[in-house]
Amino acid sequence: MASLGPGEDLIAVDRVFLHERTGAVALRSLAEAGRRVIDPARVFAVTDHIVDTLPGRTGTRVPGGEQFLDATRAETLAAGIRLFDVDDPDQGIVHVISPELAIVLPGATLVCPDSHTCSQGALGALAWGIGSTEAEHAMATGALRLTRPKTMRVTFTGRVGTGLTAKDMMLALIAAHGAGGGKGHAIEFAGEAVRALDLEGRLTLCNMATEFAAMTGFVAPDAIVFDYLEGRRFAPKGDQWRTAIESWRHLSSDADASFDREIVIDAATIQPMVSWGTSPQSAVAIGGKVPLQPASGLGDADYRRALDYMALSPGQPLAGTMIDAAFIGSCTNGRLSDLRRAAAIVAGRRVAPGVTAIVVPGSSAVRRAAEAEGLDRVFVDAGFEWRMSGCSLCFYAGGDGFAPGARVVSSTNRNFEGRQGPGIKTHIASPETVAASAIAGALTDPRNA
Amino acid sequence: MSAFPPVPIVSGIAAPLLRNNIDTDAIIPSREIKGVGKAGLAGGLFAGWRYQAGTRDPDPAFVLNDPAYAGASILLAGENFGCGSSREHAVWALHDYGIRAVIAPSFAPIFEGNCLRNGIIPVILSGDAIASLGRIVTIDLLAQTVQSADHRIAFAIDPAARAMLAEGLDAIDLTLRKAPAIAAFHARDRLARPWIYLEGTA
Ligand code: SF4
Repeated sequence: MASLGPGEDLIAVDRVFLHERTGAVALRSLAEAGRRVIDPARVFAVTDHIVDTLPGRTGTRVPGGEQFLDATRAETLAAGIRLFDVDDPDQGIVHVISPELAIVLPGATLVCPDSHTCSQGALGALAWGIGSTEAEHAMATGALRLTRPKTMRVTFTGRVGTGLTAKDMMLALIAAHGAGGGKGHAIEFAGEAVRALDLEGRLTLCNMATEFAAMTGFVAPDAIVFDYLEGRRFAPKGDQWRTAIESWRHLSSDADASFDREIVIDAATIQPMVSWGTSPQSAVAIGGKVPLQPASGLGDADYRRALDYMALSPGQPLAGTMIDAAFIGSCTNGRLSDLRRAAAIVAGRRVAPGVTAIVVPGSSAVRRAAEAEGLDRVFVDAGFEWRMSGCSLCFYAGGDGFAPGARVVSSTNRNFEGRQGPGIKTHIASPETVAASAIAGALTDPRNA
Repeated sequence: MSAFPPVPIVSGIAAPLLRNNIDTDAIIPSREIKGVGKAGLAGGLFAGWRYQAGTRDPDPAFVLNDPAYAGASILLAGENFGCGSSREHAVWALHDYGIRAVIAPSFAPIFEGNCLRNGIIPVILSGDAIASLGRIVTIDLLAQTVQSADHRIAFAIDPAARAMLAEGLDAIDLTLRKAPAIAAFHARDRLARPWIYLEGTA
C-alpha cells in the first residue's frame, strides 16, 4: 500500500481476529489510549482459550479467568465488534472458526494476536500472528508496518503412504531442518502431496509453520479452497462470488517464481512421527528410537535436559512407551476429518485401563457435525471423554489439567516443558497415533492398530 | 506520544541463559498471566525455572537467582529465543523485571517484533560471539556495537527497528499520520474487492 523506507511496507489489514487471552488486553489498551477501531465490521473476537470445555459450562475454570471473558465482552460491545461467545453456535478455536465462517478469504490479509494464525494461509490468505500491541495498531489504523519477509518454498514431492497425514509431514520437516529452520520466512507449501491434501489437511500443515519459526505458511488457492468457502457465512455471494473466484485464481506463484530458500522432501519417505523431547524438532518416526546424541541446532545441554524432563533414555524405542493420557483436539488437529480418522481407529475398542482419554472438538460446529455422524458415541463407547469446543488442554492456564507429571500423547502442536501443565510430558503426534496409543496404553504406530 | 523509554544504550549485567528454543511459555507460563493488563508480570518471569517446584522459593540453580547476576539488564540466550505463543506478556515480563536487551543467535519473529514495540533490544550475535562476552556488557544501539571489557563486536539491525527503539517511537502515531493515504486506499479497494468490506454488527 505504501513504502516506508528500505524493506518496510505499510500494508492494509483486511481482517483482525481476537481471542480473550491476548485480545482483551489489546482492546482495553486501545480504549485507554482513547483510540478508535477504524472499521469494527472487519474485526472479530471469540472466547476459546480459557473457556471451560466440560459439558454444561458457563464460563471458565481458570482462576481469575472471568476477568478476561468480562473484558472481552465489555470491550467488543463498546467497540461494535462481533464476538462469538461461549454459548454462540459459531464458537470455537479462532483458527478453526475463521475458515468455517469464511472470515478468512484467499488474497486477504488477516492478523490475530496468536502464533497459529499462520494456519489460515491454507486458504491462500496472508495470515500471520502478531503481538497485542500490533493488534492495537491494526485496529486503530487499518494497516500494519511490515518488514518484507524472506520467502521459502517447501515442496513435498510424490505422495505420503496410507495412514500418513499433514501432521506427520510437518513433524518430518521440522525434525529434518530444526525448529528455527524457517526463521522469519513466508513459506509456500507446494508439491503433489500438498495439492492432494484436503482443506483441513492444509490447515494442519500451515498451522505448524510457526513451530518452524516461519512468519507464515501459504498454499496457493485452488478449487478445493473455493468449493470449501462457497456459501459460508461471510463468503461473498452472487456476482461478488464470481468476481472473487476470478481474482483468486491468479493468486498462485508464477511457475518460474524464485524463492530465497527451497526445501524439497520426498513425501513417500515420511513415517508416522512422534516427538520425544521438548521442542517440535525433537521428533522421530514412531518405529524409531530416542536419538543417541543431540541433533544439530540442539546443544548437548539442551539434549540432556530434554531427556531428563521427558524421563527417557538415549536409544529407547518410542513405540511401547507407556502413557497416562491421550488428547485429541486443538487448532492443529481438532477438525471433523481429524475426528473421523481417529474414530475409525477406536471404533469397537476400549481405551487401555488407567489411561485418561479426551476429545475436544475444535469448534461447536465440528462438535455438532461429529455428533450428527455418531462420532461422539464411538469415542464415548471406547472410554473417551467428549467435550465442548475450545483450546482446552492444549495449554495450561491454571484451571483444568492433566494429573501432575503425566505422560500425554497429544494431537496438539507444542511439546514445550510445562506447556500442558507443570511436569507434563507431551508427545505430539497425529490424531491417528493418539487414538491408537490410547487404545494400546502406550505409544503405537497407528498402522498396526 | 512515546510508547516506552527509549533505549539508545543499555549497559549492565548480562545473565547467560544459553539454552536453544526458549519458548514464551517458559518465559512466562500462561498460569502466571492473572490480569488483563501489561504490568506486574515480573514475578511470573521464568516461573517454572526460577522457583522450586510448587513454591515461590528461588531455585538457587537458576541463573537469575545467582547473586552475581542480580539486577541483570541483559539476557544472553540460545537459538530461536522467544518461540511459541505470541503472548506479548513474555516481553512485558522481561521488561518489568528490568531486562532491556536480549542477545541471541536468532529470535522467533513474533517475539522479536514484540521487543521492538516495548523497549527491549533484540541483538543478534553468533553463539561464539555470545560465549566471548563477560559479565558486564554495553550495547550501543546507534553505533550497533556490543562491548564487553575491551572487546567490541558489531551487530546488524533493521534501520526502522533501530529508530523505533532508540527514540521510543509509538508506531500507531506514526501510522496515523498516514491516515488519509490509508483511507484513500480503502476507498479504491472497496471497489476492487467489495467482499472484503463487511457490514457492522449494529
Ligand atoms: S488450540 Fe492450542 S495452539 Fe491452537 S490457538 Fe488454542 S492454545 Fe493455541
